[in-house]
Amino acid sequence: MEHYTMNLTLKVWKQKNKNEKGRFETYPVKGISSEMSFLEMFDVLNEQLVAEGKEPIAFDHDCREGICGACSMYINGRAHGPWHNTTTCQLHMRQYKDGDTIVVEPWRANSFPVIKDLVVDRSSFDRIIQAGGYISVNTGNAVDANSLPIEKQKADESFAAAACIGCGACVAACPNASAMLFVSAKVSHLALLPQGDPERKTRAVNMVEQMDKEGFGSCTNIGACEAECPKGISLENIARLNREYIGSVFSGSSDKA
Amino acid sequence: MTLNSKIPAGKLESKWKDYKSTCKLVNPANKRQLEVIVIGTGLAGASAAASLGEMGYKVKTFCFQDSPRRAHSIAAQGGINAAKNYQNDGDSTYRLFYDTIKGGDYRSREGNVYRLAEVSASIIDQCVAQGVPFAREYGGLLSNRSFGGTQVQRTFYAAGQTGQQLLIGAYQALERQVALGNVTQYSRHEMLDIVMVDGKARGIIARDLVTGKLERFFGHAVLLCSGGYGNVFYLSTNAMGSNVTAAWKAHKKGAYFGNPCYTQIHPTCIPVSGDHQSKLTLMSESLRNDGRIWVPKKQGDTRKASDIPEEERDYYLERRYPAFGNLVPRDVASRAAKERCDAGYGVGSSKMAVYLDFAAAIERYGKIEVNKQSIENADAAKIRELGEGVVKEKYGNLFEMYEKITGEDPYKLPMRIYPAVHYTMGGLWVDYELQTNIPGLYALGEANFSDHGANRLGASALMQGLADGYFVVPYTLGNNLADDIRTKAIPIDHPAFVAAEKEVSDRINRLMNIKGKESVESFHKRLGKIMWDKCGMARNEKGLKEAIEEIKALRKEFWGNVFIPGDINEFNPELDKAGRVADFLELGELMCLDALNRNESCGGHFREEYQTEEGEALRDDEHYMYVAAWEYKGDSQYELHKESLDYEVVHPSARSYK
Ligand SMILES: Cc1cc2nc3c(=O)[nH]c(=O)nc-3n(C[C@H](O)[C@H](O)[C@H](O)COP(=O)(O)OP(=O)(O)OC[C@H]3O[C@@H](n4cnc5c(N)ncnc54)[C@H](O)[C@@H]3O)c2cc1C
Ligand code: SF4
Ligand code: FES
Repeated sequence: MEHYTMNLTLKVWKQKNKNEKGRFETYPVKGISSEMSFLEMFDVLNEQLVAEGKEPIAFDHDCREGICGACSMYINGRAHGPWHNTTTCQLHMRQYKDGDTIVVEPWRANSFPVIKDLVVDRSSFDRIIQAGGYISVNTGNAVDANSLPIEKQKADESFAAAACIGCGACVAACPNASAMLFVSAKVSHLALLPQGDPERKTRAVNMVEQMDKEGFGSCTNIGACEAECPKGISLENIARLNREYIGSVFSGSSDKA
Repeated sequence: MTLNSKIPAGKLESKWKDYKSTCKLVNPANKRQLEVIVIGTGLAGASAAASLGEMGYKVKTFCFQDSPRRAHSIAAQGGINAAKNYQNDGDSTYRLFYDTIKGGDYRSREGNVYRLAEVSASIIDQCVAQGVPFAREYGGLLSNRSFGGTQVQRTFYAAGQTGQQLLIGAYQALERQVALGNVTQYSRHEMLDIVMVDGKARGIIARDLVTGKLERFFGHAVLLCSGGYGNVFYLSTNAMGSNVTAAWKAHKKGAYFGNPCYTQIHPTCIPVSGDHQSKLTLMSESLRNDGRIWVPKKQGDTRKASDIPEEERDYYLERRYPAFGNLVPRDVASRAAKERCDAGYGVGSSKMAVYLDFAAAIERYGKIEVNKQSIENADAAKIRELGEGVVKEKYGNLFEMYEKITGEDPYKLPMRIYPAVHYTMGGLWVDYELQTNIPGLYALGEANFSDHGANRLGASALMQGLADGYFVVPYTLGNNLADDIRTKAIPIDHPAFVAAEKEVSDRINRLMNIKGKESVESFHKRLGKIMWDKCGMARNEKGLKEAIEEIKALRKEFWGNVFIPGDINEFNPELDKAGRVADFLELGELMCLDALNRNESCGGHFREEYQTEEGEALRDDEHYMYVAAWEYKGDSQYELHKESLDYEVVHPSARSYK
């Protein structure tokens, strides 16, 4: 693979805190290697700003391996940037060429207020999980792990839904700022397993209710979430959630369909 | 002070059973009056907090990320061990115990390790009950694979995302307790000191990372589940935020630090690509089930991998260690890679890499598939295609990650890999109950030193973190808190809280007021370079002595010339990082001191002066069969306490994987 260096112009959202108004700032960055990750390019810019005695740009990140779900940049109009199934931290600079301009914004949604610059508050996701995104089993209650065989295909499907990293890109990508993909991924993960069956109805109802309470928009089947989800969470999960939800609302939430 | 490891008397197999049936209990009404602080929400912290919440304790959890679900544990890839013997291949509690003791190069406690092996099976049961979607066979039962240092298949996994799935399980259990009101969770909060009242840990000072405000919290006990300190090397496979601060603050308040120099360097990571490198990415050890490691037989060979014929390749692990081959333990595999590269056989543009090649596995699996599907006259392309499919199912996400980072397709070209700092076996010294030498202060998971000796086997950290949190601390904490049921919550205007907060606040002010010229990042990089060069994969007396002086000088420079932009009372990641790097600058010195003291090679600690003729680590059991527990006595002053390791069941011998 050929490596090269480039000079770029970055337009980045700066916002001191959630109460103050934000604005775009323009920064030239020089000598960026095509081997860098997108966040390493931000590291270079931030080092440059610190060297000038200025405040660096705040952004969330931790694992830099595409798994913790912390990183969250809206890059040239796309959540996590242009690469399919890729988080911001795994996007690499070989995507860009010398002279490019890159616009970077935070996730924009009422339920994700900006904390500073590109950092937003996603605690609403924790509260949605608290509303029912679990199986009620205390430590020590469990039976032998192999006492209940699970069809491989079901287990694989459940795993695919469980791969959600809770990043919120689905919300950022959705014109309605709906959290349906996130919620449906959790509902599917658990509903597909026999262990999750006893609570499946109440779980769906309670999580959706909490999602509404948090002020996320409603789902109108646009599909932008699936397109931008870095973990390939499928829209089929939303269909499944709708079935679970409708089933339980009409049958009374404690009944099993 | 003498170190009492509190290992229960009696036979190895009955120690934990006896402990559990005789330890003191706290009745449910009293539990509701007892408050427990849990620092960290990784596997250790989340599992402990959830379990203690379920039992009825009043729990508070803290993490510096924006959600407990993002703790570094999320990134664990390969799997978790358990002695289930589902494969009927001869596994047992004893064998897992033995493998772990041997893997740790006879530098861990028998009692602790046996307990770990004993509870391992319950962990898998618990996780499956929570809905962790482990990989399964077509018959619907759980699947297993092998990890290094073992000859059985006891590793449970969820593709290359095992840590994620286990942590999500523990996180969900934790959120359920939050919903029930048993746990209060504080995210984007960093613990910056322990509060001691009458010689006991009774609370913490934490900083709200959004507002910058310092806050005080009371607890009858404090559990540190704050992870490892591999980031002292700057470059490591750890998450960017992983740090030693919580453990280091405890150390400075009197908690002993155990075996700080025991660092694990993982053999299979994506090599450094340039100065911009901010972290290193692991390629899971599970890949060594199917990948073969090799370098060219000729020094400085510049041919492409595919142009080097089979007979001109040196599969050096298979050659040197025929019994374990590519699945030797990590320390052995890492040193062997370094040896080849140092000798001039490395590959890639930097020449600091070796190949991890899947071609043989792809062909083998392809042929099996052809047979399974009864395809007649399959050509090489068909076999390849089917084989790639099998490899994709096993390691797809790792291959994808490799391609995203390097831009190369590992299905077609062998991966280039090199060792990188990965895990720290050292940590706060704890007794059998996971209590540090400070009463009321516990350490769980990677933050403690307990179970892995001088080298951890793959897939055993997840096991240990969850063992500590789900199955050990719920008993041992009760045994101690039973004596505390009359202790009322201490008001946070108690002088001890006031004094601790002032200390923290003074230090932050001091940092902000330096107003120097050099960035925190730059100091961190410089420290990392010293550590990697002189306290990394190979260490020697001269280098370690130099490193100690260099670190002292660098620390001085840091406190005179670091520049931290922004303000104290706002969201300020540079300030957060400055505090962490300041602690690393102290820890690094202690690590070198410990490495210098240990005049032997064992596990991940390789002193060049102590090796066999074949370059294998040479232990000195007569003089160093002990845990080095260091006490902080003031700036650059440490006193060594020794806990001798008594082997009653296993007979330490030279570790051989040949
Ligand atoms: C890339 C990678 C892959 C791995 N793969 C495997 C594997 O396949 N199998 C295996 O067994 N092991 C694996 N490991 C090792 C294993 O993941 C870790 O050892 C383990 O997850 C550590 O868990 P923990 O709960 O102790 O700490 P962590 O998960 O590191 O959690 C630390 C917690 O402490 C909090 N914290 C830290 N300091 C503070 C503070 N001052 N104030 C407040 N909160 C604080 C953090 O916010 C976080 O919540 C891997 C490690 C890496 C790096
Ligand atoms: S569904 Fe996808 S985009 Fe949404 S939070 Fe989960 S991983 Fe992120
Ligand atoms: S930093 Fe963890 S997913 Fe990007």
